[in-house]
Amino acid sequence: MSLAVSYSKALRSVLREEAFYFFTSIGNYTGQSASSLEEFLQKIKDIDVKSLEFHLFREDFEKWTALTLGDNRLADEIRNLRAQKVVGNALRDRLYFIVSRRLKDLKSTSLSPK
Amino acid sequence: MKSKSHAITFDDLDRQILRFLQENAKSTYSEIGNRLDVAHSTVYDRIQKMEEHGFIKKYEALVDLEKIGVSLITAQVNITADPKEAENIARKLTKFGQVLEVSTSFSEEFVVLAKVVARDQAELHSFIAKSIAPIPGVLKIRTAVVTKKYKEERFSLAVEENAAKKRNSL
Repeated sequence: MSLAVSYSKALRSVLREEAFYFFTSIGNYTGQSASSLEEFLQKIKDIDVKSLEFHLFREDFEKWTALTLGDNRLADEIRNLRAQKVVGNALRDRLYFIVSRRLKDLKSTSLSPK
Repeated sequence: MKSKSHAITFDDLDRQILRFLQENAKSTYSEIGNRLDVAHSTVYDRIQKMEEHGFIKKYEALVDLEKIGVSLITAQVNITADPKEAENIARKLTKFGQVLEVSTSFSEEFVVLAKVVARDQAELHSFIAKSIAPIPGVLKIRTAVVTKKYKEERFSLAVEENAAKKRNSL
C-alpha cells in the first residue's frame, strides 16, 4: 500500500460496524462512538475517563487504530502510553495530545504536493 | 370452564393435561389418562388438538450443560433504545443464537431486554461491542453478568390453579 493510500485510509470515515464504541466496563456502552480519527479525537475530550482507562488497558485503541484505520504508527504511540500506566485525566490529556498530533501530521501529509 | 382461543375450545381437561405435560413431557397417554380418569385415546386427541393449534409450542429437554462440559456465563443486557428503533433492535437480536430471550419495556425510557450467553466475559463483551452497539437506535447499554442463579423455572399451570383455590377458599 502506498503512503498516500494509507494516509487516506487513516483519515477516512469507517462503516458503522467498524466504528469505535466506547464502553466503561464489560458490556456497558456509553452511547458514544467514533467513525473517524477526527471524531475519535473529539470524543477523547469529553468521554468518561473510566472508558479511556478501560479501553487502553484492554488494548482496544491500539487494535482499532492499527486494524481498522491501518495506522500502525499511532497504534505504537498508544501502546507506549499504555506501558506508562497513566490513568485519570492525565491519560485523557496524553491521549488527546498523541492523537491530535498524529491527526495534524496525517492531514498535512495528505495535503502536501506529491 | 370453557374458553375459546382462535375459535378452538379449551376446557379444564385440556388444562389438566397440560399440567401433567409441564411436569413431565414424557408422560404417556395412558399415564395421564389413568391420573385424570379418562381414556388414553381422549388424551391423545386432546394433545393432538393442542399441538395443531399451537397451545403446545414444543417439547424440549432441559439439559444440565455443566454436566456435559459446556460452561457458559449468562448476562442480562439492558439496551436503552430510540423509541422509533426499539422494535427493529429487538427483531435483530432474535437472530443471534447466543441471545436466549428478547423483550421490550417502557417506563421512563424505551428499553430492550436481552438474556445473552457467552463462553466468557471477553466473548460477551466482543458480542455486545460488535453486534449490539452498532445496531441503529442503540443509545446506551447496561450489562449485568449473572454470578449465581437461585431459580430457573417456567410458569406452571399448577401455580395458577393453587392461587385460584386460595382465592376461592377466602
